Amino acid sequence: MAYLEVTNLRKSFGKTEVLRGIDFSMERGEVVAVIGASGGGKTTFLRCLNFLERADLGDILINDEKEGLAFSATAGYSDRQIRQMRLSFGLVFQSFNLFPQYTALKNVLLPMNLRAAEAIRKNKGISFSQRRAERKAAYAENGVRAKELLAEVGLADKMGHYPCELSGGQQQRVAIARALAQSPAILCFDEPTSALDPLLTAEVLHVIRELKEAGHTMIVVTHEMKFAREVADRVVFFADGNIEEEGAPEEVFDHPKSEKTRAFFAQSLE
Amino acid sequence: MTFSQINQILFEGFGVTCELFFLTLVFALPLGLLISFGSMAKLRPIAWVFRTIVWIIRGTPLMLQLFVIFYVPGFLLGRSPFAEIDNGRFIAALIAFVINYACYFSEIYRGGIESIPKGQYEAGAVLGLTKTQTFFHIVLMQVVKRILAPMSNEVITLVKDTSLARVIAVAEIFFINEMSLLSKGLIWPLFYIGVFFLLFVGVLTVLFNYLERKLSYYKV
Ligand SMILES: Nc1ncnc2c1ncn2[C@@H]1O[C@H](COP(=O)(O)OP(=O)(O)OP(=O)(O)O)[C@@H](O)[C@H]1O
Ligand SMILES: [Mg+2]
Repeated sequence: MAYLEVTNLRKSFGKTEVLRGIDFSMERGEVVAVIGASGGGKTTFLRCLNFLERADLGDILINDEKEGLAFSATAGYSDRQIRQMRLSFGLVFQSFNLFPQYTALKNVLLPMNLRAAEAIRKNKGISFSQRRAERKAAYAENGVRAKELLAEVGLADKMGHYPCELSGGQQQRVAIARALAQSPAILCFDEPTSALDPLLTAEVLHVIRELKEAGHTMIVVTHEMKFAREVADRVVFFADGNIEEEGAPEEVFDHPKSEKTRAFFAQSLE
Repeated sequence: MTFSQINQILFEGFGVTCELFFLTLVFALPLGLLISFGSMAKLRPIAWVFRTIVWIIRGTPLMLQLFVIFYVPGFLLGRSPFAEIDNGRFIAALIAFVINYACYFSEIYRGGIESIPKGQYEAGAVLGLTKTQTFFHIVLMQVVKRILAPMSNEVITLVKDTSLARVIAVAEIFFINEMSLLSKGLIWPLFYIGVFFLLFVGVLTVLFNYLERKLSYYKV
């Protein structure tokens, strides 16, 4: 069984069918680049994995001794279950979506601490003072971890900066650290560099390369064909809500089988 | 009448004015937040009810609302509940002010909350936070920053609106002045009162500027 298995994922907005039965799977440690023309459903696909949208139909399965998780898009889940499932999928947005009122460090740390506080609050079996002690210990641990993560994305010297004091590339790296902090089974990127100029793009792509070296499982929606070719283990081409073609980068880029894929490459070369 | 007597009379009025002002804020600020949640409710009928209330309150004069709150319960019940308590007039005025200002605040809050990009909520959601956590830890401070300017306007208006309470004979400064001083032919206390309002608003302006500076450490 593959690490992530998505079967027959369907999503419509009103009458528009955006995902028409996506079957997708990937192995642990694999990096998949998702490419395709605008409106093909790439963003919607990631948003369904993250439960930002509820798919109309389909199953999502993660096979992980720790995370072991299966959910069906049609089942009813409580808010709490949805939050739990979301943690398996990190998401890095095109527009970063950092919290402007907090420093880089706090952007990473705050969600960690809030999650910890919530988990401790839910643990009814312990006394008030135990709970406080646990919280304190968790916060201390999180603080160390958050700093490590920021150092990993090359921002050890920017922890005290506010998002408005950081370049786009730096902001996106903070967002990556923030997503890594939840130790997601799969880290998803939705066009992480589309809002950046080439120089800043390079530094973000560099970080993604390093994450690959470190063994992270990632889905990267991107328009950076060169990057997809170099870094991805597999390229998936979305068109009109279907996976039109997929395979090793050399195959898809150099010998596209589908008419739509060829048309897309011809267009993006212009 | 000696100057110190006049002073004492006016200070009593100032006291009531200030009390009305602060108590209105204490109740209207949180009530406004509840109303804004109501008017943004996903359930359409609920949102509709709240928006209609806001429309009515903002669409009619505060003076009318003061009369309604003060007199209508008396007509309906046969005896006025406000007549039976010590400072019933003040309480009636306070209720009218709180409702009126809560509605104005709620619209400012709603504007502020709706101006926060969807991405902030989505980032909170993706990071596994609850809706409550996302609102209080991520959205709220951003809303505060955005609504500071319109809120300062509204609060300054409230300072001056307190004088409307005189229409139901609340002993705020204008009422006291008219009863005890103006009726005796003393004109100059009016200027005294003017200075009081100028100082009051001046302090508020400084306070709001301070808050604005406090929150200017980041840009959105
Ligand atoms: N919330 C929504 N309501 C209605 N239609 C939507 C919504 N979100 C997406 N769509 C539609 O779904 C289709 C797929 O959108 P999606 O954003 O997934 O495409 P994409 O492949 O990410 O495109 P791009 O490369 O431009 O980012 C589009 O036609 C879009 O208009
Ligand atoms: Mg997209």
